[in-house]
Amino acid sequence: MADTVQSWGPDSIPDTAKAPVRVKGLQKFMRRHSTIAVLMCLPLIIIVACLIVYPAFYSIYLSMLNKSQTRFVGLANFTYLLSRDTFWMVVKQSAIFAISAVFFKALIGLITAHLVNNLPVKGQRKWRGMLLVPWVIPLALSTLGWWWLFDPTHSAFNYILKGMGFEEIAWLSDPYWARVSVILVNVWYGAPFFLIMYLAALKSVPEQLYEAASIDGASAWQKFIHITLPMMHNIIAITVLFSLIVTFANFDVVQIMTAGGPRNMTHVFATYSFLLGIRSGDLPLGAATSLFMFPILAIAAIFILRGVRKRGREIG
Amino acid sequence: MSTVAIAAPIKSRLGIGASLKRNRRWALISSYFFLILFAIFFLMPPYYMIVTALKSDAEVAHMATNPWIIANGITFEQFYILLFQTDFLVFFKNTVIVTLCVVAITMVVSVLAAFSLGRMKFWGSSILATGIFLTYLIPDTLLFLPLFQIVKSIGLLNSYWGMVLIYPTLTVPFCTWIMIGYFQSIPKELDEAALIDGAGHMQMLFKIFIPVALPGIIAAMIFAFTVSWAAFVYPMAFLYSADQQVLTVGTVTSLIRADVYKWGMLMAGALLAAAPPLVIYAFLMDYYIAGLTAGATKG
Amino acid sequence: MADVTLRNVVKKYDDVLAVASINLDIPNHEFVVLVGPSGCGKSTTLRMIAGLEEITDGEISIGGAVVNDLPPKDRDIAMVFQNYALYPHMTVAENMSFGLKLRKFPKAEIKTHVDNAARILDITELLGRRPKQLSGGQRQRVAMGRAIVRNPKVFLFDEPLSNLDAKLRVQMRTEIKRVHQKVKTTTVYVTHDQVEAMTLADRVVVMNAGKIEQIGTPNDLYHHPATRFVAGFIGSPAMNFVPARLEGGNGAGLRVRLSDKLVFNVPESRAPRYSPHTGKEVIFGLRPEHITETRGRENGVGQEFPVVLDVVEPMGMETMVYFRVDGTEVCGRVEPTAAKNSGEAMQLRANLDHMHLIDPVSNMVL
Repeated sequence: MADTVQSWGPDSIPDTAKAPVRVKGLQKFMRRHSTIAVLMCLPLIIIVACLIVYPAFYSIYLSMLNKSQTRFVGLANFTYLLSRDTFWMVVKQSAIFAISAVFFKALIGLITAHLVNNLPVKGQRKWRGMLLVPWVIPLALSTLGWWWLFDPTHSAFNYILKGMGFEEIAWLSDPYWARVSVILVNVWYGAPFFLIMYLAALKSVPEQLYEAASIDGASAWQKFIHITLPMMHNIIAITVLFSLIVTFANFDVVQIMTAGGPRNMTHVFATYSFLLGIRSGDLPLGAATSLFMFPILAIAAIFILRGVRKRGREIG
Repeated sequence: MSTVAIAAPIKSRLGIGASLKRNRRWALISSYFFLILFAIFFLMPPYYMIVTALKSDAEVAHMATNPWIIANGITFEQFYILLFQTDFLVFFKNTVIVTLCVVAITMVVSVLAAFSLGRMKFWGSSILATGIFLTYLIPDTLLFLPLFQIVKSIGLLNSYWGMVLIYPTLTVPFCTWIMIGYFQSIPKELDEAALIDGAGHMQMLFKIFIPVALPGIIAAMIFAFTVSWAAFVYPMAFLYSADQQVLTVGTVTSLIRADVYKWGMLMAGALLAAAPPLVIYAFLMDYYIAGLTAGATKG
Repeated sequence: MADVTLRNVVKKYDDVLAVASINLDIPNHEFVVLVGPSGCGKSTTLRMIAGLEEITDGEISIGGAVVNDLPPKDRDIAMVFQNYALYPHMTVAENMSFGLKLRKFPKAEIKTHVDNAARILDITELLGRRPKQLSGGQRQRVAMGRAIVRNPKVFLFDEPLSNLDAKLRVQMRTEIKRVHQKVKTTTVYVTHDQVEAMTLADRVVVMNAGKIEQIGTPNDLYHHPATRFVAGFIGSPAMNFVPARLEGGNGAGLRVRLSDKLVFNVPESRAPRYSPHTGKEVIFGLRPEHITETRGRENGVGQEFPVVLDVVEPMGMETMVYFRVDGTEVCGRVEPTAAKNSGEAMQLRANLDHMHLIDPVSNMVL
């Protein structure tokens, strides 16, 4: 190749003379192209940098100040938190809350997705539309509805329990039932999201695979284990991790129904840092609390990203 | 021997046919049965909210009748009180302003950025796209305290304009992410054809990409709308006077006065506040669901 | 309308050479087809002419003006893409007029152009439809209409027929030819299908591994291939290649020895050309259509030889017979009535007036 490039001889002289012109031509066009591209991204970059990245780092700085934000105290806020029983209860409750809620969301989502998928195609839309309603109602507002269902004196659930001869339950004032209640509401809200994700994934499994398995003599359960699950495991992983982040950081349900009570038993990271930071006015301590979420969220985020990329490649 | 061999398959085939049909029938019936149970679970709270909102105060307060049904007749007095004796309409107006502004900002910012990141490609564009996705995963509850300080320092504390400034952090990353996916799914030849036809960058975006990716844009708009309509943490932390309050927080906090729970009115408020997203969902369900599932599959 | 010239055009992607110094002159009105296997650089060449790829080195001119620096829209070209690239949200008429609208043509003029192009392509009744409502062939016509409407200097086609089924492809091929005869715009057409190249082109440019192997009329390439690649690429089924040795007789004439038993006498017309290579290893090339049954269309010409048939493939109007010469599979085309069954012996005739000898080292046809 080098041969042909060199062998232009005399012809190459006018070419080199034109070289600067070429730089001004297409290359300039390409260069302008990337300038425009960067300019178009600029609003996004500004928003992300000023309102997400900067606050995230500012949060770290904030967490190292004293309550009146006049003095740098290093890691004192963190060590203070770690020495408090209430904080450890928050850690425990956040974990219980997130893991059990996500587990039941995933389970109910999977079951309902299969049930809907079993129906004749015509009716699926209607059912899917109906079952997604909890996800569409703003969570704060539906939680208010649940609160009313759990109301200590007027609980509509207790009306049913009494009618069936059971004892009334103090849904939100008994610490253990309060924990169950906030998880229940979160499951109610989040399961439809899993339903939608799974249903979309189920639809993407080629029908021929099931037909081939039928001919090979697979039972319905075997088809689920050997075809459905392997084909869906990536989307299940993405959805679970994503839901884990959202649930772990959830604020609305606990804040509205119990505000952390009774006896701080239902506090999660979000509500506890709200209590410390806004209600008690100790922003640095609240910031330190919420920062404890970060490592867990970061790990989940990395796995989600991996899963999404893989899925992107699978879909092509 | 030979007659048996011929007869047997016919018989068994008939048997299999019948049992297959029966199996399928049972599978369908049990599917419907369990789905109805789940539907009851999912729809019970909204149902109960509607029932409560249509009752009189007296019926709500006295536990004389079955709370699940309206025994003493439907009344709209709760809605009347809500609309004319509370700040509900102020909240509603504020929410509409905030949401419309946020949707507009989000769409401009994310469509421009997605076009650039998905189609134009420049140095660092793929890293930036990944970074956008990661910022989407940072929850609001991690950022609201530092943002409190920032919003306070620029004097927007207790102002819904502060929400207009802050909410895009909830919507822009995800909308950009799904728009990148939509733009990338448009064949490359289409922009080359437009380039040869003589279109510039902006003409390409407005005359080709936006119209072609319209379903994705609608899905992203719906997402931005529902997220800013339902946002709770930021207004809870940053807004405290009624004239600046938005619906979610206003309904949950301001309507509750001095431990006197007017549940009928509260439920009426929650229902009206939830109505706009529900209406959009009812009419644009396919776009709504497309936006929901796009995040995990695109990009 | 204009001529197109490529001078020492080079394209590198990072360090990978996609196109290595190409020279090509396309006179006005000519229909030139770039053909070659995938990855040979033919599409890259076309896209460089279009301005969709920057050229690394060299010079491209259209109508006498160097266009290296011009973006695609200023080159006055139109392109038809493999997947048609119709704007899905526009009607057929809007698709066709988009380029003119961007160039701020008056409305009335646009309409005349669109109607005219639609008439040429017979798609007048489709003007109001969207691409989604069209069949593959109709979309292809619209894509061509979009090109014609602009009345550009050059048409560029990038494998425009490869998404169509076989029958439609033949039909659209004729259509493209007909349109070109009508509008006479200089055309550069890229395809991997040599039949398409042969049927459409005034001149064919065979490319391989980023280089031009040969430029010539379809007949030239068929009868006088310059390289082994061209000889093997043009023609279907492909030319047979058998390793052989050129033996010189003392006054008895040249002979090609294909195996111990099979020796062909070189016809006297070829002897002067081949005699300098006497004694060398060569590759003997002969097209299947020049290996026939003994009493056939070319009765009396050529040299008979016996074979044992391996595989017999009836095609209807003729039958393909496959046999081996020293382990190399060779294909012949015989009359269906003359064909024997596989496993049987058969006498065949080689028409050596059409033989080729190829230098195995340089791969040039001797």
